[in-house]
Amino acid sequence: MKVVLQNLTKTFPARGKKGEVVTAVNDFSFEIPDGELIGLLGPSGCGKSTTLNLICGLLKPSGGKIFFGEDDVTDLPPEHRGVGLVFQNYALYPHLTVMQNILFPLENLRGKNKLPKDEMRKRARAAADLVQIGELLERRPSELSGGQQQRVAIARALVKMPRVLLLDEPLSNLDARLRLQTREEIRRIQKETGITTVFVTHDQDEAMSISDRIVVMKDGVVQQIGKPQEVYDDPVNLFVAKFLGTPPINVFDGTVHNGRLMIGQDAVLDVKSVRDGDVYVAIRPEGFVPDEGGRLHCALQGVEVMGRDISILARHDAMQNPVVRAIVDADHSSALRVTDTSVSFSLKPHKVFLFDKASETRIPFETV
Amino acid sequence: MDKNQFKGWLYLLPAIAFLGVFMVYPLIDVFIYSFEEGYNSASQTYFGVGLYNYSYVLHDPYFLQAIKNTLILVLITVPVSTALALLISLGLSSIKPLRELFQTVYFLPYVTNTLAVGMVFMILFKKTPYTDGLANLILGWLGQSPIDFIEGPYAAKMLVLCIYTIWVVMPFKILVLTSALASVNDDYYNAARIDGTSRFRIFYKITLPMISPMLFYLVITGFIGAFKAYSDAVAIFGVNLNAAEMNTIVGYIYDMLYGDSGGYPSYASAAAIVLFVIVLTITCINLLIRKRYVYHK
Repeated sequence: MKVVLQNLTKTFPARGKKGEVVTAVNDFSFEIPDGELIGLLGPSGCGKSTTLNLICGLLKPSGGKIFFGEDDVTDLPPEHRGVGLVFQNYALYPHLTVMQNILFPLENLRGKNKLPKDEMRKRARAAADLVQIGELLERRPSELSGGQQQRVAIARALVKMPRVLLLDEPLSNLDARLRLQTREEIRRIQKETGITTVFVTHDQDEAMSISDRIVVMKDGVVQQIGKPQEVYDDPVNLFVAKFLGTPPINVFDGTVHNGRLMIGQDAVLDVKSVRDGDVYVAIRPEGFVPDEGGRLHCALQGVEVMGRDISILARHDAMQNPVVRAIVDADHSSALRVTDTSVSFSLKPHKVFLFDKASETRIPFETV
Repeated sequence: MDKNQFKGWLYLLPAIAFLGVFMVYPLIDVFIYSFEEGYNSASQTYFGVGLYNYSYVLHDPYFLQAIKNTLILVLITVPVSTALALLISLGLSSIKPLRELFQTVYFLPYVTNTLAVGMVFMILFKKTPYTDGLANLILGWLGQSPIDFIEGPYAAKMLVLCIYTIWVVMPFKILVLTSALASVNDDYYNAARIDGTSRFRIFYKITLPMISPMLFYLVITGFIGAFKAYSDAVAIFGVNLNAAEMNTIVGYIYDMLYGDSGGYPSYASAAAIVLFVIVLTITCINLLIRKRYVYHK
């Protein structure tokens, strides 16, 4: 089932006398292809959860339309939309067993949709098996670990075979190890069922690793939509560049003068077809190559060994981050001595992005 | 005993001392009195030891009337007041405008003086040379002949007592239930809505189990409170409750001690122990039911 959002807008009325109208989602248009897993990504307060609540119908949009396939569901109440929603806190009914929780949506079916008891139990069991909690059916939610509760919540959302599955911060209550495991699990379940799935997260790692497509949002406005790698390699503005990637991208104040890109006193790259002026220069941590003849000169602060890679911490007068962090192959570590006080880098041009100082939008450039 | 434990007991000492002197000692005393025949508190003497006091009390028509009245009061007011309070709380938590106003209105009886409440009930129900009372006025519009609610038939008097009791105990229940309802996470309701749960099923399957601990707390304390009823009957029917056939168990105990027919601490003690056994039994039954049906976190 494809999901179409058309100029979707949600405003909340002003609170108090001096309050302003809050626009949580602003003119959001997007067509989610059938069977894809979409990650809505952004910092808290960016409108991603509001978007999710609009899709599932718990909130009514102030403007715009929502289609599931060809059906206009904008004015449909949530119970008639056929969505499954997994809440951030799972919202499992604590007084019911796992089985009763999973059965709950099926028991709501009335009229021609009503199922016989056996069929209900069969479907609930199938959903439980899909998320691999078949042996926990008689337990109460309080007797389950966070990861198990999460699976129950997914089973409950899937059991009624929803047209669209929505997950609100599905991994935020899990510890780091479980998070890795569960996100692969979500991916597997989504692939197996083929249900169009939208999930909300503020963790870019999470979104990048399992989404077919990510939507980066800020202040209610969609910044960029695309395949994770495309968005990472080709951010449209400084916000997206900064938001994606761990460790974060390194931002410098720079200027372009006569086709040369300057960071402080260092002329780091020759760039064509860029107007002279002040710019932000953003360089991915993997974009640095330690090179004695390199053009970017930094004061060396320290080296962190991480096994496969090493992380070089350095300082530069024009940097915007608290520290410049370069990730390089461990092979380069021999080139650095602990006693060194400075380090020079040459840059991989495709890992360097320029942004307009005022609008923070991307300035394309070509290297010579 | 190590030092910390000693300290702990020291902290508890004031409370234990007071409870011991004013609660435990009198309780034991009452138990002893109830077996001492013809105990006289002035001379501190008694004739003998035995079950005569119980036999007397349990054969006393006034006591049997008091038990009947108390049981009727309990069985009517506890379920009705709890159900009404739940209904009103549900209403209160589903409206937005004027909610605070209504909350205040429903809470008023709790802070209103008993005498003032008595006055209100007089205006509503009492027959005077000038008026038959508001209730009779309404009955008159409905084409019914007036009833004397204060000095008339038993059922009418019991009705007034029940209404009075329900009205007095409801504010506290509403207060407890509204906060219990507010503490149910909205996500449960949202989850249920998305799954297409009907309103009745949401109430029956989610709301009710979630607030069941509070509901049972109210039922148990409601039972105990209703068994101890006395002042409400006095406020409406005056101090001679036996004559009005409106006495309660606690009223009977009071009369045996201090009333016109008073001066019988042994009978009063025996009646008090009977009341204690009844309340204990009911509370145990309640707790057993609670164990089966109430969901615990």
